[in-house]
Amino acid sequence: MIYKKALNLSLTFLLIFILTGCGSTRKNIEQVLFGGGNNNEAEIVSNAIPGSSQDFTVNVGDRVFFATNSTSLDDDAKAILERQASWLELYPEISIIVEGHADERGTREYNIALSAKRADIAVAYLESLGIAGDRIETVPYGKERPVAACSSEACWSQNRRAVSVVIIE
Amino acid sequence: MKNRMNRLIFLLFFLLFYSTNSQAALEIDVTEGNLRPMPIAITTVIDKQNEQLGLGLDITKVIASDLAGSGLFYPINPKAFLEEVNSVDRSPNFNSWRVVNAEALFTAELIYENERYKINYKLWDTFTEKSLEANYLVFSKNKWRNVAHMIADTIYTRLTDEKGYFDTQIAFIAESGPKTERIKRLAIMDQDGQNPVLLTSGKDLVLTPRFSPNGKELVYLSYRNGQPQVYIYDIQSKQTYVVGTFPGITFAPRFSPDGKKIIMSLQEGVGSNLFEMDLSNFDRKRLTNTSDINTAPSYSPNTRNIVFESDKSGTQQLYVMDANGNNVRRISFGTGSYSTPVWSPRGDYIAFTKISKGRFMIGVMFADGSGERIITDGFHNEGPTWAPNGRVLMFFRESPGEDGGPMIYSVDITGYNERKIETPGYASDPSWSALMN
Repeated sequence: MIYKKALNLSLTFLLIFILTGCGSTRKNIEQVLFGGGNNNEAEIVSNAIPGSSQDFTVNVGDRVFFATNSTSLDDDAKAILERQASWLELYPEISIIVEGHADERGTREYNIALSAKRADIAVAYLESLGIAGDRIETVPYGKERPVAACSSEACWSQNRRAVSVVIIE
Repeated sequence: MKNRMNRLIFLLFFLLFYSTNSQAALEIDVTEGNLRPMPIAITTVIDKQNEQLGLGLDITKVIASDLAGSGLFYPINPKAFLEEVNSVDRSPNFNSWRVVNAEALFTAELIYENERYKINYKLWDTFTEKSLEANYLVFSKNKWRNVAHMIADTIYTRLTDEKGYFDTQIAFIAESGPKTERIKRLAIMDQDGQNPVLLTSGKDLVLTPRFSPNGKELVYLSYRNGQPQVYIYDIQSKQTYVVGTFPGITFAPRFSPDGKKIIMSLQEGVGSNLFEMDLSNFDRKRLTNTSDINTAPSYSPNTRNIVFESDKSGTQQLYVMDANGNNVRRISFGTGSYSTPVWSPRGDYIAFTKISKGRFMIGVMFADGSGERIITDGFHNEGPTWAPNGRVLMFFRESPGEDGGPMIYSVDITGYNERKIETPGYASDPSWSALMN
């Protein structure tokens, strides 16, 4: 929401600059807003307000992935959780919910338990890095909330995840 | 005629015992033609007073549909009938029914008196020319479907020596919306898919409804308070209450056969363990204490044992233990993993979901783990539930892909007579009630 407001504000300024014909400044703003380079998303994110959930999602990484039926963290997952922990240290007033998820290739009850274990493993790692347990809640979603809907490994690998959701009071 | 029916049932069980590999379902499909359903003449229920209302015809259609749906009966096309039945009291001309190959004959008559309906009905053996059943039911009009199902149950019982299962309901999850934001609602319907009723709004994610033994309550999982917790829904009062407060997530609930207790999983950080809760005082008893995933518990009908799934061996497998948690023994040993075990109301079989080589199957095995048989096999079959007579199963089958979703199917435990239950939309997690009346 805050991000959207910032973007709207910037767009308003952009419009003013275009109308006033201020050429060089306009180009700079375009570069900030639309990247002007090869990675639009990353550039836009540099506009995300530090400490916002957008900042966390894209600059830190909000999710880690698991192998089929696995609850163990690989090196990539650990690296992301380490970045999450550093970020959470920067913003001690922020708490998070860690959502556990499973792919559709399991039975319903087992997947709830599996996704709960995944969330707990992620939380345990964050705690081992010094994040207080009372800042973290977990919700296991089993196979009920896939992000990718296809029925192949390309989607299943995205759905086996633990997602940290930033709560800003 | 009973002999012929017994032969049919013997044949079904012969197939059951002698097809123990995973190709069984296919083999049974091939032999389907050998299982000739019994031809039965179901004459239109006579309704002299209110013929224009069509109630007699409606009842007749439901009875015929139930019996045909069981796969054990073949209702003869009424156009072939040679005799018109004008009265339920007069003895039929049996020869004219034998000529059209009817082995059994059903006749009935509706009488409207004191603002209530009375149905007199008879079931005849056309060869011995004896009455197998002569009875009546008095009912108010809104109960006509139940009455039709009850009569179909009686016919089924008289001709097979098995209890019927038609006057029953199915609790299930009605699904709508895209796969990534699926809306799920608690729902019930008649066993034949009629009278579907949505019980929750869809605001909260709900899963795994299970009927109480008396059919008045459902125990289920809801995310109502953000976390998954076990709740009970009272069907008549529409009231919901949480089943005790636990220091964690509760899921996979089921009633005990006497309806006084609930067994479920509690997620405890290191794993999920099984607990039993007494509904009279909310006392809870721990039944497992390991760091594994122990879930999907189901009582034996005599309440002495509990079957559940655990991944303590590395993969999900089925285990049976005493009801107090002692004497845990593994019963599944085939290739692949096993889950969602459900004990048959007869006590003989345990139905389960099996995952092997990326396929999801429904199967049954004896309670000691022997005699495993796969009933259906495909991309995704899950979550069996037993008809009260322990002869038929329902489960859900999910189609793959972005627009994929689940539908509920019923199937005989021989793997024969698979049928899709017509629901208004996608439907999952079926739970079969006991007989309602």
